[in-house]
Amino acid sequence: MVAQSTVVDRMWSRYSRKEQLIRYIVFFITMLTVTWAVSDIDIFWPWVWDAPNQIQSLGSRMWPPNLSNWNAILAAMLETVHIATLATLLTIFIALPVSYIAAQNTTPNKATLWLGRFILVSSRSVNTIIWALLFVAIFGPGVLAGILAVMFRSIGFIGKLMGEAIEEIDKKPVEAMQATGASKFKVVAFAIVPQVMPAFFAIIILRWDINVRESTVLGLVGAGGIGVLLQGSIDTFAWQTVATILLGIVFLVIIGEAITSALRKKVI
Amino acid sequence: MTKDAQVLPTRTWKKPHFISNPWLRYGFMIGLAVYLVWAFYSLPFNWERIAEGIPRAGQIFGGAFPPSFQRSGLLITGFTESFQIAFLSTLLGVLLSIPISVMAAKNIAPKPVYFLGRGIIIVSRSFHPVIVAILFVAAVGFGPLAGVLTLTLYSIGFVAKLLAEEIEEIDWGQVEAMRSVGASYMKALIYGVFPQILPRQIGLSMYQLDSNLRASAVVGIVGAGGIGGTLMNAFGRYDYDFAFAILLLIIGVILISEGISGWVRKKIW
Repeated sequence: MVAQSTVVDRMWSRYSRKEQLIRYIVFFITMLTVTWAVSDIDIFWPWVWDAPNQIQSLGSRMWPPNLSNWNAILAAMLETVHIATLATLLTIFIALPVSYIAAQNTTPNKATLWLGRFILVSSRSVNTIIWALLFVAIFGPGVLAGILAVMFRSIGFIGKLMGEAIEEIDKKPVEAMQATGASKFKVVAFAIVPQVMPAFFAIIILRWDINVRESTVLGLVGAGGIGVLLQGSIDTFAWQTVATILLGIVFLVIIGEAITSALRKKVI
Repeated sequence: MTKDAQVLPTRTWKKPHFISNPWLRYGFMIGLAVYLVWAFYSLPFNWERIAEGIPRAGQIFGGAFPPSFQRSGLLITGFTESFQIAFLSTLLGVLLSIPISVMAAKNIAPKPVYFLGRGIIIVSRSFHPVIVAILFVAAVGFGPLAGVLTLTLYSIGFVAKLLAEEIEEIDWGQVEAMRSVGASYMKALIYGVFPQILPRQIGLSMYQLDSNLRASAVVGIVGAGGIGGTLMNAFGRYDYDFAFAILLLIIGVILISEGISGWVRKKIW
């Protein structure tokens, strides 16, 4: 009886006491961090209040887009696509062996597993732009630096996802092949490759799309593509040309997305 | 019957081709070859400069070892600023992306509002953060303000898109139950919709914090504050040992933040 009355008296509340406590603590910590970050960050506050005006004025300087330079922009866009495509194709040859040794079920031994993982992590942790900075310092400004930068970033991406795809394969075909006395190469070619083929194409297509986007900014550090033109126009305050280039980039990204979604439907 | 039995042993198995139509298969191969030749010939490679690359690489890596952590003051300020940029922009971006994702969810927003919401998401997704950063640097000047604005926009594009998709997939029964007891639109939203997307929302915020931290290292290269600017300066002054130290620390910080964000997401899901 007593128990029943307490149940009746109990108020409905959305969270239990423990949940509430955790929420308050998380909220408190967040607020503390916000206060610290806002007070400590090196921002000149009058600029913040002025920012909407500044952005608006920049926008008005960009209008209308200046289309007179369109064939140079088109050529640079093509160069951007070439960088992305060549880099993606070349990456395949490096990323596949790396994914093979970075997958737990195919790697020859512990040392190669860690080597594979090390390659993937170091490739993924450094952004394309930073890779580009490095390769521009080595090979000079130009498309080669761009291609290498995109490649070095893509190895980690493709290698990691392919490694996961290899780890998820069905073991039975592999065992069946081994039971018939097939060589290691044949097991890979006939039992593993067919199983990861769909994943492979999906990953390559996805990465190509990302690479097209990334290639548009490579030029800002001198590594070729449309970014070179963009940086040049910004440096000379040719804002109307900048607007055209930005429109071109949007156009490129949309086309890239259309191609990838069409390919994805075809292949998968 | 006997005829079949005679024929069978002589047949050998051949691996089926990935593209079964031979025309398509060879067409694809030829197309690829033509493209490769065209792309390689049309790209302006400066071979003389590239040939210098190998000794230069030796020089750079020779200069980079051992990495120098001597100017640790600069390192700490750079990373603190990067973290502040990432944190503030994640918070702002996530807060702003809640109303935008509600606007961009087909099942709870009216048609005109839906298109507006989708439009905002598409615009904020179409540019690489570095390009946005240059524009903001041009508009509001060098410094972390441009970084915060850039990454806020970047966060909105990602978080609002995934959140809107999440809202579109909620269990409609709870919203209906709220409506049937006479709850207003806001109440149905707060008690019927948000609890269903909250775990996903927190997971996304953590993911975005991690990804903003990475991006904040990059937007600094074009002058939007943070460690990227320090890295760019070190590269510009041929301080390769310092640049290498920064690079190693960036990798370390990213690995730690990936670990933390992965741990939190695992806890919540």
